[in-house]
Amino acid sequence: MTKELFIQGNEACARGAIEAGCRFFGGYPITPSTEIAEYLSTTLPEVSGSFIQMEDELSAIGAVIAASWSGVKSMTATSGPGFSLMQENIGFAMMSETPLVVVDVQRGSPSTGQPTMSGQGDMMQARWGSHGDYEPIAISPSSVQEFFDFTVLGFNLAEKYRVPVIILADEVIGHMREKVRLPDNVETFKRIMPKEDPKDFLPFKNVRNGTNPMPAFGDGYNIHVTGLTHNELGYPITINPKVHSNLVRRLVNKILKNRKDIVSCDFKYCDDADIVLISYGSPVRSIMETVKIGRSSGIKLGYLKINTPYPFPEDEVVKIAKNVNDLMVVEMNLGQMFHEIERVASSNAGVHLFSEIGGTLPKPNDILDRILELL
Amino acid sequence: MIQINPDLCKGCYICVEICPKSVYTVSSVTNKKDIKLPSPENENNCIHCHLCELECPDQAIYVEDKK
Amino acid sequence: MVEDNESTETDFITYEEKNPYIKYFRKDRLPTIFCSGCGIGITINSFLKGFESSGMDFNNLSLVSGIGCSSRIPGYLNCDSLHTSHGRALSFATGLKVGNPDLDVVVFTGDGDAAAIGGNHLIHAARRNINLTVICINNNIYGMTGGQISPTSPEGSLATTAPYGSIDTPFNLIDLVTAAGATFTGRWTTAHPLQLSNSIKNGLLNNGFSFIEVVSQCPTYYGRKNKLKTPVSMIKMFKESSINKRKVGTLSEKELLSKIVIGEFVNKKREEFSNKLENLSHKESGRNTIRKSAYIL
Repeated sequence: MTKELFIQGNEACARGAIEAGCRFFGGYPITPSTEIAEYLSTTLPEVSGSFIQMEDELSAIGAVIAASWSGVKSMTATSGPGFSLMQENIGFAMMSETPLVVVDVQRGSPSTGQPTMSGQGDMMQARWGSHGDYEPIAISPSSVQEFFDFTVLGFNLAEKYRVPVIILADEVIGHMREKVRLPDNVETFKRIMPKEDPKDFLPFKNVRNGTNPMPAFGDGYNIHVTGLTHNELGYPITINPKVHSNLVRRLVNKILKNRKDIVSCDFKYCDDADIVLISYGSPVRSIMETVKIGRSSGIKLGYLKINTPYPFPEDEVVKIAKNVNDLMVVEMNLGQMFHEIERVASSNAGVHLFSEIGGTLPKPNDILDRILELL
Repeated sequence: MIQINPDLCKGCYICVEICPKSVYTVSSVTNKKDIKLPSPENENNCIHCHLCELECPDQAIYVEDKK
Repeated sequence: MVEDNESTETDFITYEEKNPYIKYFRKDRLPTIFCSGCGIGITINSFLKGFESSGMDFNNLSLVSGIGCSSRIPGYLNCDSLHTSHGRALSFATGLKVGNPDLDVVVFTGDGDAAAIGGNHLIHAARRNINLTVICINNNIYGMTGGQISPTSPEGSLATTAPYGSIDTPFNLIDLVTAAGATFTGRWTTAHPLQLSNSIKNGLLNNGFSFIEVVSQCPTYYGRKNKLKTPVSMIKMFKESSINKRKVGTLSEKELLSKIVIGEFVNKKREEFSNKLENLSHKESGRNTIRKSAYIL
């Protein structure tokens, strides 16, 4: 029996985390994500988990990384300003291959911006916010149900690929209330313990599929975890070009080579469409409505809903671009994913941007007006 | 018996300074890195306090206790 | 006894087994990167001696550090070790201890790592009284980046970023963490390794936030810049300028400025943070917080 509830997005996220096996939360209050921390501060002790309110976001992500190495699925939740502070140690988590989930409930930005309004200004920060080459996994929910489902998915992908996963939600999804179906049994990915004897185990081995099993601290593996470039044993080797190249290429490839397993998109009416609208997160609701209105008045519209902004669904976008005249990217910033889509699709279709900034969702009629200009 | 590990010694001579019985002197024997090694010249004076072991930053000294 | 005519390799293996400290090292990483005469190695020995006398289990030990020369220590000792970002060691250590309160967690840090970039985490870890033993190797300078002033550099001391002498007022780290709520504090220099190892033992045995400051020599940068050119001259200076906390009353404030006050300053009981979380878990779920749940949930 599944349970149906009428709840807020942030609560759905927190419930998803518990179902996925999260037993540690370290965070710092920030609008519009705070309800996630509040809910977990109540729930985690009830399921023998731990909740800590840390002194800032720098320490919140640090505590989460180390809690993960203690052998517990761990997460934090924040918004743009806190997400900026976490970039340093998101890089550390990438380099040390630490599974964890960072929920970023985006708000109007830059800087402190619009704390209580929505935005999607963190898309490029999620991609490139920490220094160096890395491939993040990011998931964007566009409904309260998806905020639950994608939080579970986030934990599963984090554990499967030993990476931090970023849930790129936004204020609309965080604060909206909708009906959610909570399944009785949620499928979870359980962390894999090495089979080898500690003396034979290479914790950062250059394995073909890129991802190694992960022992916990205290398991006798005497593992050394560092943000410095390290060899397969985990020891810092910082002046050998080959060691660095092997390591960073493996970290990048373990995501890119498994793109098919990770990437998720939904599309509708794309077969006969002249124009396809592309979005992610809460504006997906706007483009769905736009397509409905457009179709009813005879305009052949379709939509592509990107569930995983990263790794960026290049193949899916290109495939659609080949069949249509124009693509219109609808996002709540002045063009961030637009550049990614333009990069891969502009040789096949016209790529246009519909920006909505100010904190509210794009209005379907406004999008339709722009479409009419194209026809 | 006192052993000095030539591969680990970096020649700081803290042992020479801190030994309460002045057991060590700087010798003319060098290691691979051309560092003049300390030598327990006055080993007979050693009282086995193990302070040199504790104060050697490079774990390069071993003082064997009398049997 | 090993015959004298054995090969060098055999001698080395024998030596490793004999030296009281090397058995705890990742032997394939020796020698260390530390400069000749650096106080970090002395601190490692004192820590290992104190750890042995505490009766704790080395297999249950986790080391955490940030960035800097002192933060390289965990990489050399053969136990679980987490070498994190600059200043953040205490926030990682907090997560590790809460994630698995059964682990014994020790943090190695330096004056820059703990008191500058990590200052906020330092006072908050002390405030929580979380059971961590923090060993702060204070050499009054940034060694790894080549000799810049730190938050503990004495006024007037020279550094590459204080060519006219430091005009900053230094932190007194013990006063800082005491005010923040640490339940065990001690300060010694590398010229007091026995007392230091005893305080480390006491800190390890304290169920709460323990902070041990080790005033240490950086002959390469601090020494060269400040007319203390050799490790030996720095050790001598430490011996001469140290004063036990019991004798502090006889000195004026001005006289104290040039002194290093040594001793144990705080040793008191206060409820520990991870215990409180365990109690909460017990109250709400009927059991302790769940260990290593990522492998089963």
